[in-house]
Amino acid sequence: MTTLIWIVAALVVIGVYLSWTAGRLDRLHSRIDAARAALDAQLLRRASVAQELGTAGVLDPAASIVLYQAAHAARQAEEEHREVAESELSQALRAVFAEAPQVDAVREAPGGEESLTELSEAVRRVPMARRFHNDAVRAARAVRKHRVVRWFRLAGHAPFPMAFEMDDEPPAVLESRAGG
Amino acid sequence: MRIGIVCPYSWDVPGGVQFHIRDLAEHLIRLGHEVSVLAPADDETPLPPFVVSAGRAVPVPYNGSVARLNFGFLSAARVRRWLHDGDFDVIHIHEPTSPSLGLLTCWAAQGPIVATFHTSNPRSRAMIAAYPILQPALEKISARIAVSEYARRTLVEHLGGDAVVIPNGVDVDFFARAEPKQEWQGGTIGFIGRIDEPRKGLPVLMRALPKIFAACPDARLLVAGRGDEEEAVAGLPPEMRDRVEFLGMVSDEDKARLLRSVDVYVAPNTGGESFGIILVEAMSAGAPVLASDLDAFAQVLDQGSAGELFANEDADALAAAAVRLLGDPQQRAGLSERGSTHVRRFDWSRVGADILAVYETVTAGAASVATDERTSLRARFGLARD
Repeated sequence: MTTLIWIVAALVVIGVYLSWTAGRLDRLHSRIDAARAALDAQLLRRASVAQELGTAGVLDPAASIVLYQAAHAARQAEEEHREVAESELSQALRAVFAEAPQVDAVREAPGGEESLTELSEAVRRVPMARRFHNDAVRAARAVRKHRVVRWFRLAGHAPFPMAFEMDDEPPAVLESRAGG
Repeated sequence: MRIGIVCPYSWDVPGGVQFHIRDLAEHLIRLGHEVSVLAPADDETPLPPFVVSAGRAVPVPYNGSVARLNFGFLSAARVRRWLHDGDFDVIHIHEPTSPSLGLLTCWAAQGPIVATFHTSNPRSRAMIAAYPILQPALEKISARIAVSEYARRTLVEHLGGDAVVIPNGVDVDFFARAEPKQEWQGGTIGFIGRIDEPRKGLPVLMRALPKIFAACPDARLLVAGRGDEEEAVAGLPPEMRDRVEFLGMVSDEDKARLLRSVDVYVAPNTGGESFGIILVEAMSAGAPVLASDLDAFAQVLDQGSAGELFANEDADALAAAAVRLLGDPQQRAGLSERGSTHVRRFDWSRVGADILAVYETVTAGAASVATDERTSLRARFGLARD
C-alpha cells in the first residue's frame, strides 16, 4: 500500500514539473511571437519612411532611386530573403545619409524635419527590437535543448525558433540626433 | 502609458540606482505618463507621491557585504497587490538579479517586462547555485537594458542573451547653469565621493598630491563626501594639509556649483564602477575631467577625447597629468568644450526617449502586465476561482 502511495506521489511530482516546464515554454513562445511582431512593425516603419523619402523628391535623383529600390525590395521580400533585403536597406540608408549636408538638405524641404525624426526613430528602434527578439529566441532554445523537453515533446508543434540576423547599423549622422 | 518601476534598494538610503529611478520617474511624469515606483522603505520615511512602500528592507549579509533586501511572504504579497492595483502597461525592474523586490516581481508578473542591469559584478557563487531558480524568472524579461557597453559584456557572459545599451541620465542643464562659487575657484582640484571607501580612490590622489602641490604652488584640493578627514590627510606632509579643504556632504546645488568652479575634476576610482555618473555630471558642468582608465570610465569619456585618462592606481601618472592640466588653460578649455558637447547624449531628453522607445517596442502587440497565476498550484489543476 505504502509503495503505491509513493508511486502516486512521485507521478504527481513529475506531472507538476512537466506541466510547469510546458507552461514556461509556452510563455517563451508567446514572448517570441510578441517580439517578432514588434520587430516586423519596426522594420516596416523604417521601410515606409525610407520609401517616402525616396519618392518625395527631396534627395538627388541617384540617391532617390537607390533608396526607393532598397525600401521597395525590403517591403516586398519573401520570408527567406527578408534578412538580406533589410540589410541592403541599412546599407542604402548609410550610403545616402553618409554626410551631414544631406541631412540638412532634407530638413530644409517642407515636411523634411518630420520625416527625418521618423527615420531617426526607426533606425534606432530596429536594432532594439531585433536584440529583444534574438534574446527571446536564445532563451527558448536553451529550454528546448533540455532532455526532459525533448523526451516528452513539451514544445508540441511549435517550430524551432530562429534568430533574425541582419546588418542594422544606423547611419552615423542620424544616430546622433535620434530622440534629441 | 501606465508604467510600474521596481527599485530593489531601500529608498531611505541614498544611492546611484535610487537617484536614477527618482529622476526617471520624474522625467516620465513630466511627459504625462502615469508612474508608480515600488521600493523598500521604512514606514516613517516621507515618500514622494509616486512611490509605494514595499515594507522595510532587512539587512542581510550577502555577497561580501551587508545588503538591505526585501523578501519573504509579506513582500511577495505586497508585490502582487501592487501589480494588481497598478494595471500597468509595462513594468521596469532594476537590478533583477539581486535577491530582492526585482526578483520577486519577476516571479509574480507576466506581460511586458523591461529590466535594467546596473552593476557588472563578477559572477558570484550564489548566482551560480541559484541559476536554475533564477533562469525561469529572468526569461520572462522581454527587454534588457545595460547601462554601459561594459555592463552589457558582463551580462552577456554571465547570463547569455543580449541587451541594448542605454546610459544613465543626467539633467545636463542643471549642472551647466549652476553659478560658480568664487572661493572654490583658482587652481582648484575637485573630488566628490566617500572618503573612507578605498575604491573611490582618494588614497591614490593623496599619494599624488605632494608632487602636484610642489609643481603648482597655488593648487588646492576640495573634497566633498562623508568619512574621516583626519585619517585621509594622515599621509600628507603637515605643511600641505591646510591646502586640502573638506566640505563634508554637499547638497545637489552645491555639488553643481563645486563642479562649475573647479579647474580639474579628478576621479581616481580603482574599480567596481559600471558607469560613472559623476564624470557625466562633471562634464555637464564644464569641468575638465581627469579619470582613471577603468573600462567604464574610458567609455563615458569617449576613450579619452572628452576627458583625460591616467593608468589606474598609478599616483605618478595622475600627478603628471594633473600638473600638465593645471598649467595649461588652453588644454583645459578644449577638454571642457569637447566634454560639454559629448555629454549631451547623457541628457534625460535623450536617455528618456530611448527608454520610452524600449517600452513602446515591448508593449507593441503585447497584453498589459498581470499577476502570473500559472505559478499557483490550484490554477494548475483548474481549481482557482476568478
